[in-house]
Amino acid sequence: MFDRLFEKEVAITGVGQSEVGRPSLKSAMRLTLDASLEAIADAGLRREDIDGVAWPGDNNNGNSFSPVGPNALLSALGLKVNWYGGGYEGPGPLAGVINGAMAIAAGLCRHVLVFRTITESSARTLDKGVSALTSKTIGRDSSYFWQWYTPYNVISAISFMAMYAQRHFHDHGTRPDQLAQIALTCRRNAMLNPKAIFRSPMTLDDYFASKMISTPLRMFDCDVHCDASTAIVLSRIDAARACRQAPIRIEAIGAALYQPWSWDQISLTENAAFDVGRMMWARTDLKPKDVNAAQLYDGFSILTMFWLEGLGLCPRGESGRFVEGGARIARGGSLPLNTNGGQLSAGRTHGLGYVHEACLQLWERAGERQIAPHKVAVAAAGGGPLGGSLLLVRE
Amino acid sequence: MLQIYYCAGCRRFFHPPNPICPNCNSFDVAPRPVSGRGRVVTFTINRQAWTPELVEPYVVAIIELAEQANLRLLSNIIGCDPSEVAIDMPVVVTFAQFEDVWIPLFERAGDV
Repeated sequence: MFDRLFEKEVAITGVGQSEVGRPSLKSAMRLTLDASLEAIADAGLRREDIDGVAWPGDNNNGNSFSPVGPNALLSALGLKVNWYGGGYEGPGPLAGVINGAMAIAAGLCRHVLVFRTITESSARTLDKGVSALTSKTIGRDSSYFWQWYTPYNVISAISFMAMYAQRHFHDHGTRPDQLAQIALTCRRNAMLNPKAIFRSPMTLDDYFASKMISTPLRMFDCDVHCDASTAIVLSRIDAARACRQAPIRIEAIGAALYQPWSWDQISLTENAAFDVGRMMWARTDLKPKDVNAAQLYDGFSILTMFWLEGLGLCPRGESGRFVEGGARIARGGSLPLNTNGGQLSAGRTHGLGYVHEACLQLWERAGERQIAPHKVAVAAAGGGPLGGSLLLVRE
Repeated sequence: MLQIYYCAGCRRFFHPPNPICPNCNSFDVAPRPVSGRGRVVTFTINRQAWTPELVEPYVVAIIELAEQANLRLLSNIIGCDPSEVAIDMPVVVTFAQFEDVWIPLFERAGDV
């Protein structure tokens, strides 16, 4: 369909992450600097090598969902860049990676710093409602689509996630004990991640005892707010091969949305995940069976199930049976999933955390939670109409 | 009376309203009365009081209106025990007035 696949000219050369706090006592800027400087050093680069900055949030300092923008970071670090960009979401929380890769492929930059900072935990010590849909505006959000939702007391995104899950249960016979395997698998992995927020064991009984928030989703189906920053360095492939460690190539991206940008007018049991998956697999000769590890968005557990299906890692409608018992998605299984504990247990780093973990695993630097050596991983983030994916290959 | 945007170009309803039809891009669009009858496509019983004034439980649902496949509206189901709500349950519109705005809500309908 396309004669040039730009992402193949780009690789990940370094990753970094601040402390993950609930809350952290560090400022949003300090967290961002910790993550950014670690990522630059991890690539074996100096700050002078960075000539672009990207992130999927506001351009300037905003709310706790977007506390530091690229303008603030490049000023604080004293960077001299040819290109920088922010802007909410695009194709999901991985939009910054895709935008940064485009800037490199377009010839604007050689090394782009991509970061994602979030301070929803400390913000919630002052106002519990801060991460709800209402937090983006004064009073109830009345922007384009939300004006059709907020009058009905749709205050949290869980209203949609719960309705998607209900319909998936109805259409495909998915059961609560199957869905529970996402939360249980994440917790088992988080127990081996020293940075994870929740590290105590969780049983199926614990899962069923957790508070029902919005049927059929329980508290343990929802991710945990944190304060953290995650950063990665993207490099042009020739420059990447001169960096410190084996480049992790971006083999293919998925960013498609063939449906309305809406939370109720889209496919309720597919969301954007199937559009994204079709696009990603059309841009590579690799197949779903080649994927060795999956880091899939778990802002809510049901979204992980959609990504398993949408990326073709299991047949459509079969995610419940695929994860049943948890063996396939365990660290020693055929498709290790969310190996750092995901957002459900490790913390809601919001998107870039999945890329960070995929890279640590590909470089065999994941410590106690390291899975078997492998070369191909997939990361995906988003829910509803938001969705982006990256197929990553270590050279 | 519930009204939904209708495109005279392709003779289809669409929601939410816009000055153009997302299907055929005709500007020949306008609100048109509908029966107010439909079925529950999916729903959730919300059990969390997100703000101090909210009383839980309440039911959030996506309704498919009878006029057209996939013509959907998000609303609340009121007037019955939340545990009675089910996918495919027939519903009919009712309205709640807030100052000069009438919000369409839905309640259980007899079998149609």
